[in-house]
Amino acid sequence: MNSHPIDIKINPKHTNRRIWLSSASKYLFSLSTVFALVVLGVLIYRIVSDSIGWLNFDFLTNNLSIFPEKAGIKGAIIGSVGLMLVVIPVTLILGVSTAIYLEEYAKKGKLQRFIQINISNLASVPSVIFGLLGLAVFGRALNLGSSILAGGLTLSLLVLPIVVVSSQEALKAVPGFLREASYGMGAGKWTTIRKVVLPVALPGILTGSILAMSRAIGETAPLVVLGIPTLILKIPSSPMDDFTALPIQIYYWTLDTVLTAEYANLAAATIIVLLGVLFILNSVAIVIRNKFQRSF
Amino acid sequence: MENEKSLQIRNVIQNNIKQRGHRADRLMPVVFLMLASISIFTTAGIVLILVTDSIHFFSDVPIKDFFSTRLAPLNAKNPEFGILPLINGTLFTSLIAMAVAIPVGLTAAIFLSEFASEKIRRVVKPIMEVLAGIPTIVYGFFAYSFVTPILMTLIPNLGAKNVISPGIVMGIMIIPMVASLSEDAMSSVPKAMREGAYGLGSTKLEVTLKVVIPAAISGILASFVLAISRAIGETMIVAIASGSSKNFTFDLTQSMQTMTGYIVEFTSGDAASGTTGYYSLYAVGLLLFLFTMLMNLVAQYVSRKFREEY
Amino acid sequence: MNQQHKSETVYEVKGLNLWYGDDQALKDINLKIGKNEVTAIIGPSGCGKSTFIKTLNRMIENIPIVRTSGEILYHGDNIFDKTVRVEELRTKVGMVFQKPNPFPKSIFENVVYGPKIHGIKDKALLMEIAETSLKSAALWDEVKDRLNDNAYGLSGGQQQRLCIARALAVQPDVILMDEPTSALDPIATAKIEELIDTLKEEYTIAIVTHSMQQAGRISDKTAFFLMGELIEFDRTEVLFSNPRDKRTEDYITGRFG
Repeated sequence: MNSHPIDIKINPKHTNRRIWLSSASKYLFSLSTVFALVVLGVLIYRIVSDSIGWLNFDFLTNNLSIFPEKAGIKGAIIGSVGLMLVVIPVTLILGVSTAIYLEEYAKKGKLQRFIQINISNLASVPSVIFGLLGLAVFGRALNLGSSILAGGLTLSLLVLPIVVVSSQEALKAVPGFLREASYGMGAGKWTTIRKVVLPVALPGILTGSILAMSRAIGETAPLVVLGIPTLILKIPSSPMDDFTALPIQIYYWTLDTVLTAEYANLAAATIIVLLGVLFILNSVAIVIRNKFQRSF
Repeated sequence: MENEKSLQIRNVIQNNIKQRGHRADRLMPVVFLMLASISIFTTAGIVLILVTDSIHFFSDVPIKDFFSTRLAPLNAKNPEFGILPLINGTLFTSLIAMAVAIPVGLTAAIFLSEFASEKIRRVVKPIMEVLAGIPTIVYGFFAYSFVTPILMTLIPNLGAKNVISPGIVMGIMIIPMVASLSEDAMSSVPKAMREGAYGLGSTKLEVTLKVVIPAAISGILASFVLAISRAIGETMIVAIASGSSKNFTFDLTQSMQTMTGYIVEFTSGDAASGTTGYYSLYAVGLLLFLFTMLMNLVAQYVSRKFREEY
Repeated sequence: MNQQHKSETVYEVKGLNLWYGDDQALKDINLKIGKNEVTAIIGPSGCGKSTFIKTLNRMIENIPIVRTSGEILYHGDNIFDKTVRVEELRTKVGMVFQKPNPFPKSIFENVVYGPKIHGIKDKALLMEIAETSLKSAALWDEVKDRLNDNAYGLSGGQQQRLCIARALAVQPDVILMDEPTSALDPIATAKIEELIDTLKEEYTIAIVTHSMQQAGRISDKTAFFLMGELIEFDRTEVLFSNPRDKRTEDYITGRFG
């Protein structure tokens, strides 16, 4: 080994270049977020401009029609509401119960791990596969056809993992000292869950459930797989009736633009309605999160 | 309270406890376990249905014919069920989507995690969330009625239904997912590692490229794999914008059908129960399911294999 | 104070051992707690004093890996007996915790939580219970005009007294306190100590404390724990002025802990 100290000559030009490169790269990287922003802007601008003149009160209250000027989405709105009336109770009961089981009752062990892994796998199954499940089980085996009930149950299974995981997070966030206080008063486990844990976890559970609803309400593929007819002029009046829903209507109108260009305007107007519903749902979720979620 | 009253209350309470019994505490765990097992039944149901109906399918169609390039399910005389055209369509739309989502998503993650100020982060992150929350049907409309016409002016011969446009839009849809998962991985790299490099006179870019990304590589790669899984399973964008051509081709300017697109088109048409066509949905579904499960396993493996111990 | 009460035994602990998995946390504990006595449990961190007090109402069993052997007789009955129900035991033996832990409900709902879950529905009676319990916990005058306010609006000391009121509402005869003043300032601590002094007229109290001064001020008897063993148990003035064991002496003179 050479015992002389190594002479390192730092070239100031080289250093300057490195610094310049670093600050330049910041702008380069920021371009990607600008890109995302621009896309969002263009997308919304495009849809809004397409819908102008078409989105009005009549559009919301008219029935479907083969004439674009007369067509409205009353049936689709009622169909989407009907779907939610199935999805909300089913996912809340199944999702919150599953979360309670996993967080409060299950012993840390194989069964609990198995259910947990199963749920995270279920979350990544493509939605169209849920459509196949719904078609075989609800549509054919239980003979529900392409009714609101069949569609709602299919969507419920699809968003179940979201409700389970967010409810689990909410239950985990309930501090142990509250449970201790309740047990210390001689409360049993179920009493403690019902009177102390669930009320505290409720805002978190609701926030997660609303986000799951907003996923379900925009979901199209599983419903198409169930075989929702293209043109339904009758407004559904029971959960066993055939129906159409907002995303389905967007799908068919988009496909139909080949026939008549005006259908694009109808699709755009329906998209605005759908995005409006999503905006409201998300705002409610944010309000609940900010207002009622306490930290101990 | 007078002692007597207090004793009275105590007696009431003790009696109530003795009478009421443990019933709820014995019953509820069972009830909840039953409800929790619905998720297991769902998975089991998916697997069971896909497998049994695929068995029906393969009793009609030999495996050799399934892995062929000829697809004509509605041909009344001689229906053919070759899946290779569908795999082609899925492959190319997903590849284009990755070509968009990976570079943009990763650089967005780098920007958000390493370069952006807290203020910018607070603006950009909600925008990403909005992008992620838009239903895919909306992206489908956007691809077909906006991106395709623009591309048609740039690329001569581009069909009204093609692979490029849905590929790009699918990539845009997946950007937020890549960005947020990669950013999570990068921001969990300990500060001390960065400070060590800064202490040696590194620039921000050098720290990012030589310290942060290598340390976060497992999470970043996992986000790519999950993005692929998402692209393979995505349905509405491709169903609308890439069309339903069943030709086996490599021409990206023309229509190709994906596996998901096939399921959506065929089932909403006339898939009568019990026909080979009906069962073919489940054979394609099974393949799709296996692909996405495989990707998830790979993602889990990657994030475990390359995990850095901090 | 009534002398015949003094002689009555509430708790008799016989050969109690406790393990967390393979680690033994309590080793052959034997002691008696008499009626209307305040028993202080002292010792350095990790000596098992908190574990011990949580064993007296079987709260410790919420940790799944806990095993016990030996007996704890409560009014002559072994609390580990199969026929004993923890729910019943815990209404007779109330508990106050280290950190004030009111429920995120109104002050009133906090106090009547116990009576309500145990089946008392009568509104007037619940109100009466709330008032008496809050008075016994020396909190009534401070909160009587805002019973419907959220309990988390109270100060830390008030919250802890609310937790005491909540424990009193089910009419227990023993109150276990696990370092009840460790999260409080000196003034709030003084109030709680004062309260303990009046509560012992009616209740039997066992209190874990980190502070030897506190043990000296409020307790009749003191138990000194070290590494899971009960080193010494005696009348407080005896234990502090004339400890028999060298280790007790080291601890109370501040040589460790």
